[in-house]
Amino acid sequence: MPDDIVIAAENLAKRYRLGRAPRHDTLRDALAGGARRLARLWRPRDDGAAADEFWALRDITVEVRRGEVLGIIGRNGAGKSTLLKILSRITEPTAGRVSLHGRVASLLEVGTGFHPELSGRENVYLNGAILGMSRAEIRRKFDEIVAFAEVEKFLDTPVKHYSSGMYVRLAFAVAAHLEPEILIVDEVLAVGDHAFQQKCLGKMEQVAGAGRTILFVSHNMAAIQQLCGRVLRLEQGRLAGAGAPGAQIRDYLGASTRSADRVRNLAGEPRGLDLRGGARLLSVALAGSGGPAPWSLSFGEPLRLEFDVELTRAIPTCELGIGLFNLQGQEIVSTLSSWERELGPLEAGRYAFTVEFGVLDLAPGNYRCGVGLKSDRDLEDYLPEACGFEVVPATHGRRPTPTGIRGAIAHQARYSVTRI
Amino acid sequence: MTPALPETLVIEAGRAERHYWRDLWRYRELLGFLAWRDIKVRYKQAVLGVAWAVLQPAVQTVLLTFVFGTLARMPSGGVKYPLLVLTGLLPWQLFSSAFSSAGNSLVGNAQLISKVYFPRLLVPLSALAVALVDLAILLGLTLPILLVSGVAPTWRLAALPVFIAAALLIALGAGLWITALTVKYRDFRFIAPFLLQIGLFVTPVGFRTDFLPNWRDLLALNPLTGVVNGFRWCLLGGDTDFYVQGFLASLVVAALLVGTGLWYFRKTERQFADVI
Repeated sequence: MPDDIVIAAENLAKRYRLGRAPRHDTLRDALAGGARRLARLWRPRDDGAAADEFWALRDITVEVRRGEVLGIIGRNGAGKSTLLKILSRITEPTAGRVSLHGRVASLLEVGTGFHPELSGRENVYLNGAILGMSRAEIRRKFDEIVAFAEVEKFLDTPVKHYSSGMYVRLAFAVAAHLEPEILIVDEVLAVGDHAFQQKCLGKMEQVAGAGRTILFVSHNMAAIQQLCGRVLRLEQGRLAGAGAPGAQIRDYLGASTRSADRVRNLAGEPRGLDLRGGARLLSVALAGSGGPAPWSLSFGEPLRLEFDVELTRAIPTCELGIGLFNLQGQEIVSTLSSWERELGPLEAGRYAFTVEFGVLDLAPGNYRCGVGLKSDRDLEDYLPEACGFEVVPATHGRRPTPTGIRGAIAHQARYSVTRI
Repeated sequence: MTPALPETLVIEAGRAERHYWRDLWRYRELLGFLAWRDIKVRYKQAVLGVAWAVLQPAVQTVLLTFVFGTLARMPSGGVKYPLLVLTGLLPWQLFSSAFSSAGNSLVGNAQLISKVYFPRLLVPLSALAVALVDLAILLGLTLPILLVSGVAPTWRLAALPVFIAAALLIALGAGLWITALTVKYRDFRFIAPFLLQIGLFVTPVGFRTDFLPNWRDLLALNPLTGVVNGFRWCLLGGDTDFYVQGFLASLVVAALLVGTGLWYFRKTERQFADVI
């Protein structure tokens, strides 16, 4: 391995076994499986495995140099987290090998191992030890950590009484003071307010500036652009592209916003395991757009989304929830169908759901749309990235795009002036 | 972060860790922190805290004395029956609390295991600490009781750590099996309490084995028998016999449990994060 290569992964692959919805085997399954295996002795060709297998990662070969800040982007289920978990030794690859040169610290979640009953002070020590710091190291950096987190006054309060902001700040502060050669960070900026996110980014830039290697996963494209020197783009477990952040981000967004198909198929999208699955989003379309391409919308045009939904059983109540996110991963608009009216009860069958947003005055740029479908029981289906669209400046039409837009919404308020 | 030396680490499919035991040593501070957390949380959360550690064995002493001493009239060999039961309960409590917390430890720390790397063996190991603290409290109360009852401590007390260690090893061995199996098969959550229920009666907690020569060898197959007898031998002074062969049998069974437990734990440990 050349001197400046700190991570070398060759043909990494990870297979998960899925299929049966309950993730935990019961003894009965194992016994039945044993009987099946026994039966297979007579029919050795039929291993029937492929059906409930799922390749979360395939043929990933990548080299990372010392001091590099590598971004990893991709849709949910593209294998980003699996890759990080393999590199941080939490899980084992099914095939392939990785050589890591140097100490690795991974921050896959903010506050791993925090115990709500323990005080802030105690949790700093506990969390530091879990992340791999020695007691002496934590003691040395303790004041710095507390100052970074801005929780001096509450050090001896159990963290269960902390606000979520304080909790996140303290947790990130501990992690930020690790000094590994390789730092692996997963989507930790999704939490915390804007000011704190900037502070975190600043800290990471500082860490990178000190010659450490960072692997950074985020849905926050602005942060990726700001921080990373190179970006890996994953698609369905495979490496879809690698290179300069700008081009990779464009390709990533393009996959959803630049598609030529007016209707985006959602049936095959990977989903979380905790869904009931009684209702399923089959497709989505951006309707009646005045934009130049199917997934674009001219500024000032009304936004309408159409969903094709299949219900496998009757549900007494139905609630559709939609969130629109900007490039930074911030939720700009949220809406629930129950605010307007009750959508249920619905018999089993296929339905078209239409959502009229009206004119939202979204500033030109890229947006991502997350959709959830709830029944009386629980979340039936959820896609954090159901589709993406681009708002393009309008050159003609009802309202030409104004200049000087800041923020996500260019709201045209009513003004009046009266002399008093 | 793997503490110390920047070196090349190779991760490969299906390959056992070369540095397993060295890693375990490097993470020894984390072992201390996890144990400290468990102890702290246990005594912080429960209002009765220390009282819990005492109340349960106290009630059990009364019950077992009544059943075995008063109703069944088992021979006590000149020892006051409550003392016989109390000295039997000490190792039993140590074992059962160490075994059940080690058995639940991995699933109880699922969040940690799926989000950060460290040698997984630390989790069941740290679970033993709470049981030790409970034992220390009980022992601190038992010794004065023995003194007041006229049983003076002898030099044999010095041998007590040997039996404590033996009880912990047995609990660890059995706990490793249960906790690794529970990760994959949640059924084992229900099997552990069931085993403990049986254990209380096949272990000579409420009676003594030296008056049951016909059963002595059979009972010695239960590794805890030797430990319980050892505790009594240490604490009760001259009135008890120590069956050396029985304790050796305990040690053999304990070694087997720990050996196979470690083997199974290490065999399955690399998949914990995927199935937990």
